[in-house]
Amino acid sequence: MQPHDAPASFEGAPTHRLLKVVDGLSFALSDAPPERCAWLASKPDSAVPDLPWGAVLSGPGGPADAVVSAREADVDVPGTRRRNTGSSLRVRLAHAAAAAPGDVIELLPQRGRIRTRYRRGANANTLFATERCNSYCLMCSQPPRQVDDDWRVQDMLKVVALLDRHTPELGISGGEPTLLGDGLVEVLRACRDRLPDTPIHVLSNGRLFGTTGLAAAVGAVKHPHLTWGVPLYADVASVHDYVVQSAGAFEETMRGLLLMASHGLSIEIRVVLTAPTVARLPALAEFLYRHVPSAVHVAFMGLEPIGFALANRDPLWIDPDDMKGPLTQAVHHLANRGMTVSLYNLPLCVLPSELRPFARRSISDWKQRYLDACAGCAARSACAGFFEWVKPGWLPRGIRPLNETEVVEA
Amino acid sequence: MKFRPPEAFKPPAAAGYRLLPFRFGRLSSRPDEVLVTGDSGRFAFLSEADFLAFARHQLAPHSHLALDLEGLDLLHRGDGPIPLDRHAVAWRTRKAFVFEGPSLHLFVVSLRCHHSCQYCQVSRQPEGGAGFDMDEATARAAVDRLFESPARQLTVEFQGGEPLLAFDRIRGIVEDVGERNRTARRTITFVLASTLHGVTAEQLAFFREYRFELSTSLDGPETLHNLNRSLPTRDSYARTMAGVAAAREALGAEHVNALTTLTRASLTQPEAIVDHYVEQSFTSIFLRPLSPYGFAKRGLARQGYSTEEFLTFYRRALAHLIRRNLEGHAISEAYATVLLTSILTPFSHGYMDLRSPAGAGLGVLVYDHTGKVYPSDEARMLAAEGDERFCLGSVHEPYRDLMLSEPMQAILAAGLTEALPGCSDCAFQPYCGADPVDAYARQGDVHGYRPTSAFCARQTGMFELLFGYLREGDPDVLRVFQSWVQRRNPSEMRPERPEVFHAAA
Ligand code: SF4
Ligand code: SF4
Repeated sequence: MQPHDAPASFEGAPTHRLLKVVDGLSFALSDAPPERCAWLASKPDSAVPDLPWGAVLSGPGGPADAVVSAREADVDVPGTRRRNTGSSLRVRLAHAAAAAPGDVIELLPQRGRIRTRYRRGANANTLFATERCNSYCLMCSQPPRQVDDDWRVQDMLKVVALLDRHTPELGISGGEPTLLGDGLVEVLRACRDRLPDTPIHVLSNGRLFGTTGLAAAVGAVKHPHLTWGVPLYADVASVHDYVVQSAGAFEETMRGLLLMASHGLSIEIRVVLTAPTVARLPALAEFLYRHVPSAVHVAFMGLEPIGFALANRDPLWIDPDDMKGPLTQAVHHLANRGMTVSLYNLPLCVLPSELRPFARRSISDWKQRYLDACAGCAARSACAGFFEWVKPGWLPRGIRPLNETEVVEA
Repeated sequence: MKFRPPEAFKPPAAAGYRLLPFRFGRLSSRPDEVLVTGDSGRFAFLSEADFLAFARHQLAPHSHLALDLEGLDLLHRGDGPIPLDRHAVAWRTRKAFVFEGPSLHLFVVSLRCHHSCQYCQVSRQPEGGAGFDMDEATARAAVDRLFESPARQLTVEFQGGEPLLAFDRIRGIVEDVGERNRTARRTITFVLASTLHGVTAEQLAFFREYRFELSTSLDGPETLHNLNRSLPTRDSYARTMAGVAAAREALGAEHVNALTTLTRASLTQPEAIVDHYVEQSFTSIFLRPLSPYGFAKRGLARQGYSTEEFLTFYRRALAHLIRRNLEGHAISEAYATVLLTSILTPFSHGYMDLRSPAGAGLGVLVYDHTGKVYPSDEARMLAAEGDERFCLGSVHEPYRDLMLSEPMQAILAAGLTEALPGCSDCAFQPYCGADPVDAYARQGDVHGYRPTSAFCARQTGMFELLFGYLREGDPDVLRVFQSWVQRRNPSEMRPERPEVFHAAA
């Protein structure tokens, strides 16, 4: 998930900014030392094991200071030096639900907030690599800033060190993560060592793979479950370069994809559906099959009404109903050639029935919603729905509840 | 926030475009259009006017057609560098087999056979003949050569004669290969080309244990098959089908394939042959023509037929196959599948006779029962007729010497369609192949001579037929073709639309 802030009051000063939220069971199962953990007290006045916690968290209500009990049985952890007091830092959450065991949180005492950096059980967790980017896409959901944020490498390494060993999946995005260069490779290495079973998905425009030795460096990491999501918007340079607002980007990305493939990296192609690119989708599909046949996945994605897209609505927006011809053709073309195809961010009801089997419920929990018009729809649980911040002007024509038969077809 | 308009990213119109390497030709069925094919196998049909404008650098660089042709790797707009790496990778993918080395190894374990087929290509010897089986020392040396080949994936195919008559030799070789592969760690597929007559339960259990693929000969309906394949008992068909049934039972139907040999008698009944394969639940049929040379040379001109006669037969058979597929019977034609794979995918195919560089020697080695090594079956047949010019040496010589032998050099010098007169500028060249041994056998010259080459005439006819279908663009036909290429059931295929194939109507 994206960084998600929640109000909290602080008593004391943190030694470590990033902490893993634990209760008894998750602490027992984790290898993080207590200094790196925030003990989550189930009630504000419940007993806290006497360990040198990085912080003690509690929900709202009750007395301000949680009682630290020093019951012998609780503190007799081998190898842990017994202390008289537990943590000197108390954090009171305004909403109890803001943290749960297994989460990784960042403490922001000056702002009176905590930020969730990893949410156990969320359907998407992402490490944010950098705000910088070497492209300037018309629909960028995370408009880049030219700042020096190389510190994020260390920050990501710390988060990775606190994650559950069985973290189901983890994303890395930006900005353009490859701008971190060796720093990104280091993070991937840490993921490989710490989370060998966790699939890692990195979003990258692939350009630096085409102009540097990055593909070889990443290939040498030999991460067992690493996929790169690389956007490609057309089979010709001029259209792609316009969408990403960077002359020469297409050739760099294509070269990058070839080098990635030759170093055995797993590639997913991401195609955001915009007005200037829709007409060439069938040609793009064949181009992908011819030049990147090893791609493990091709995702066609509805536009997200946020960031730069808001400023570029007119050149970008196209109603799903107006793209169904070329989109269907492209999807069928790739599927017939044995490639895995998905449609993201597109409501089921506005898709032609033959495309519905490809649609995924792609929008992360925390930014997903349905509309009033969805009332009584039998497809809700399978439908991507809408971005939380969807606004007039960004709604497809023809939203209508689907009936049971239509759901079965999907 | 400042964004630039689409125009800002278009190459300057004044810079025009450059042409990437292409070839062109016209289908006889569509003389007013030009088929343009690129080195990496992408293609377009253009009207005569568009083609001329394209070739003369007169297309408007920002026209839809120019964009389409750029996406097809046929031109490059603007004055930036041509993305050579992309073309190089596409080309390398199509030629990936070159990196492997010989992957198909044919062991001719016996020349003996109980049949006396009139067209037999392998100069058979009678069932009881002596001295026509491969001895153990030869077999062991051949296995040495097998493992000297650098290919990671090896196919070991047994042929004859009737290889089942030397089953003990097969067993010895397979066990030897299995033993040595414990350390060599190659992926090995065993294939047996056999009539399957009288195949025993013990033999089938052995084939099952080693996951054999069985390939037999079935020429069509009973009368046709028995006419083509004479046995004193006149029951070749019944014996073949009994063998097929037993083999399917033992190995699973998907591991038992059949191919046809077409005689003059076959040519009159394409539909019946196809229907017979459908009835017998085969999922593939290989409509294999015999070379006119083969008949003539063996004094069997009456059995022979011209390329045009074959193509007439083949057109009918293919149309009928497409119909049967659309009725719900998934059955592909092997030769069309090979050519379509080359036309419609970025990959190379596994068919040895249609490669450039040639498959002879580079992709396949034949170990004769005599201990001689040949680059192809055709080369072995020439030798049987007294012309040993393509013998690479003895099975007891190291792989390296065999591959550097003089016949191999002759094959290499004439084995590139890219460089052969007539082929080098043929529109079908990216999808075709060179077979210098066949060229020599038919025309007395490893380079061959295209204007009178029966091989080229057949290839041209096949390409015209297949590209004609592609140009016509019937979505149902495209779906069937795609199912063959992707080795899937046509019913799984979603609609295919022709627009993808060509830049202009
Ligand atoms: S009506 Fe149903 S299918 Fe349409 S957007 Fe709402 S939930 Fe999705
Ligand atoms: S053999 Fe004939 S069809 Fe094949 S490339 Fe040569 S000229 Fe073309």
